[in-house]
Amino acid sequence: MAKVSFRLVMPERELLATEADMVVVPGSEGDFGVLPGHAPLISTVRPGVLEVFQGNKAEQRFLVVGGFAEVTPERCTVLADEALPFEQVTPEQLAERERAAERELTDAATDAEKATAEKALAVAKDLRRAQAYYASR
Amino acid sequence: MPSLKTFRLRIRSVQSTQKITKAMKMVAAAKLRRAQEQATAARPYAEAMDKILASLGASFKGGTGPRLLAGTGSDKVHLVIVATGDRGLCGAFNSSIVREARRTIRTLIADGKTVKIFCVGRKGRDQLRRDFSTMIVETMTDLGRPRLSFGDAQKVTARIMEMFDAGEFDVATVIFNRFKSAMTQIVTAQQLIPPPAPEASTAAPAAAAGGAVYEFEPDEGEILADLLPRNLTVQIFRVLLENAASFYGSQMTAMDNASRNAGDVIKKLTLQMNRSRQATITKELIEIISGAEAI
Repeated sequence: MAKVSFRLVMPERELLATEADMVVVPGSEGDFGVLPGHAPLISTVRPGVLEVFQGNKAEQRFLVVGGFAEVTPERCTVLADEALPFEQVTPEQLAERERAAERELTDAATDAEKATAEKALAVAKDLRRAQAYYASR
Repeated sequence: MPSLKTFRLRIRSVQSTQKITKAMKMVAAAKLRRAQEQATAARPYAEAMDKILASLGASFKGGTGPRLLAGTGSDKVHLVIVATGDRGLCGAFNSSIVREARRTIRTLIADGKTVKIFCVGRKGRDQLRRDFSTMIVETMTDLGRPRLSFGDAQKVTARIMEMFDAGEFDVATVIFNRFKSAMTQIVTAQQLIPPPAPEASTAAPAAAAGGAVYEFEPDEGEILADLLPRNLTVQIFRVLLENAASFYGSQMTAMDNASRNAGDVIKKLTLQMNRSRQATITKELIEIISGAEAI
């Protein structure tokens, strides 16, 4: 069976380059699965969990924060601002991140700072929700 | 004729200088390797970004699209971003960037443009402050310590975007050292905003290679609005990486030269010391012999 050549890249480095049967990407308009022969697509990515399937099993999961996905019939490339292997992230870390963002928000002096902090808080909340959801599965 | 003791002291002092420069060279070499690895690791992201941008840019032809891509339609106010190092002891690294910056700024002023300067790195600010202190609108130092991260680039970009959105400049150019090898770095001026239009010949095959027209989710405009600032960050990140690699390359070369010079000085001083010792011995011998003959 044909496979999708999948790449997950961060600005600093390439995190993963592999052949997968299916990749499920958390698009900003909803999750989408990429199988070989998918229509060409460029989508933004929301904070969430990305799954790489081999056969019927999600072999690898990553928590990703923002970025883009480029899909062609043969390839799927995800450019993430941040990506971490799912197993390496604990709920405590994410809770801490959320608290840090909340602190930023209370400390924010200017409107611009406030906007950044609000965004960071929303991201942290999304991540925590996604983590909790996938961990329970 | 200085005494033997002063020679010995001087030699010792040069030797300890040589030890320091040798150590610095070694450190620079290690850091250079790290910087190069980082630059290589960052490449896939930049390449993938370029590809997306090329396929997106194809749907915005001829001055349409967001201001970041098409420009503000004027070129009165120029922002010159001068990326240098925070520290010296690296040969001509900083001064060659500053020289190019001065030249660019003077040309722009001669053309009747308004120039604003954004200094990234302490050394650039220190040198430019002498001539253009009133034009420096922003300075950022101590980036990339202990290690250059994407976050550093984001900090710089955030400030640039803030200024751009406030309409404080029309054109942004960054001046930095492109890394070619440890021996050669090329001072480069690169225009960031608006990005130079991709040549038709390069854009066309990129679109053709993709084969198909992409679907966009959400729509082109929104993706582009998200993508362009990010692309700017990637560009800045690349500049910072190249600069870091160049800095360490330059420092390595400079320290290598310094160690070699110190070696030369030590050799020269040792020779002089031996000569003067020999001279004293000969003089004493002559005195003894002539004294013996006189009896």
